[in-house]
Amino acid sequence: MRYLDAFRDPSLARALVEKIHSLGAGRPPVRVMEVCGTHTMAIARNGIRALLGGGVILVSGPGCPVCVTHDGYIDTAIALGRRPEVVLATFGDMVKVPGTSSSLEKERGNGADVRVVYSPLDAVELAARSPEREIVFLGVGFETTAPTIAGAIEAASRRGLANFSVLASVRTIPGAMDVLAADPAVRIEGFLCPAHVSAIIGSDAYRPLVEKRGIPCVVAGFEPLDILCGISMLLLQKREGAARVENEYSRVATPGGNRKALALIGRVFEKCDTSWRGIGVLPGTGLAIAEAYAAFDAERKFGIEVPLTERETACRCGDVLKGIITPRECSLFAKACTPEDPVGPCMVSSEGTCAAFFKYGVQ
Amino acid sequence: MCLGIPAQVMEIAESVAIVDVGGVRREVSVELIDDVATGDWVIIHAGFAIQKLDPEEAEKTLRLFKEIADAIP
Repeated sequence: MRYLDAFRDPSLARALVEKIHSLGAGRPPVRVMEVCGTHTMAIARNGIRALLGGGVILVSGPGCPVCVTHDGYIDTAIALGRRPEVVLATFGDMVKVPGTSSSLEKERGNGADVRVVYSPLDAVELAARSPEREIVFLGVGFETTAPTIAGAIEAASRRGLANFSVLASVRTIPGAMDVLAADPAVRIEGFLCPAHVSAIIGSDAYRPLVEKRGIPCVVAGFEPLDILCGISMLLLQKREGAARVENEYSRVATPGGNRKALALIGRVFEKCDTSWRGIGVLPGTGLAIAEAYAAFDAERKFGIEVPLTERETACRCGDVLKGIITPRECSLFAKACTPEDPVGPCMVSSEGTCAAFFKYGVQ
Repeated sequence: MCLGIPAQVMEIAESVAIVDVGGVRREVSVELIDDVATGDWVIIHAGFAIQKLDPEEAEKTLRLFKEIADAIP
């Protein structure tokens, strides 16, 4: 496929891998964190970790929106789904995530109406077709998905659909990167920045982080050559002793991002504090539905509030999400916790780090 | 979850476009991008085109791969 195949060329991949080896030779390994579930999967699927030699340690961060969504949100969605008038519309990734005592999949077995949609606009269509039902869209995502959720809310508002609302769990990534960058237990020396979050927020969004923390940031695409090139660029910066923002994914991400999408986010959402599973509450890293669109906010509409609860289990998703341990260091991994019977969200989501390590046998 | 796929715009009617995704045609909203035209490449995510794909920048990046691979460390 055009714009995919050229970025998967094996001979160029070999040349970039050799470059990474030569840049790493004779130096202590550089800890590079990616903060995007799509990078996590691409790195695992393409076996990139095993190719890099000793010069780079690739660490996965909190880049999977489903994984960082806390139990309290799932529990609230489940409670809403038990109302007879409610239809829950959700991205497929959320269906198997365990809450405190159930999951949407289990609830569906008990009669809840849970529909998987591809786009938030599909949920709006569902509301238009089912005026006698309340359609609640589970709006989970990062900046990439935020404008699509905001677009759906504006569309429902334009169409006067009073039976559509969103249970929002939207997070913004640079604030979380800043907290991890400051954590001595995580020890990040370079960030591989997410491709499509950056398509929305722009590569300049990482400048404050680079200036404050002195950690190089490279925006990289999701194809194997993009990732290998992004890692090379980070190593080249380390070799120079530099810390700046570079953009390998300039074919899609621009310095200023997508202004139209950012304006839409600004109209529909406002900044809020939110909880990240395993990390805790991070001020200003959430997006809540703004007052002007309160009628489409499921929390206000149904008079509920999402509690910031988390279950106590032996699951170490929190440490996995911060890059402190790899999935294999969790005692449950591939034993009590498998994709068929997951304990934590990192094993559930198709983009979770544990699911990636399990599926592709990453060592 | 932030997966986005390159697709080519085949038809546009107001804020909705028909795009070709590897031979499959589907409808997406183009309300998030400006000045989109038939033949343009866009990245689609969750039913929306979230950004245009710049073919010149794509060529530059393909050249960058070779430059980085060939450079003396």
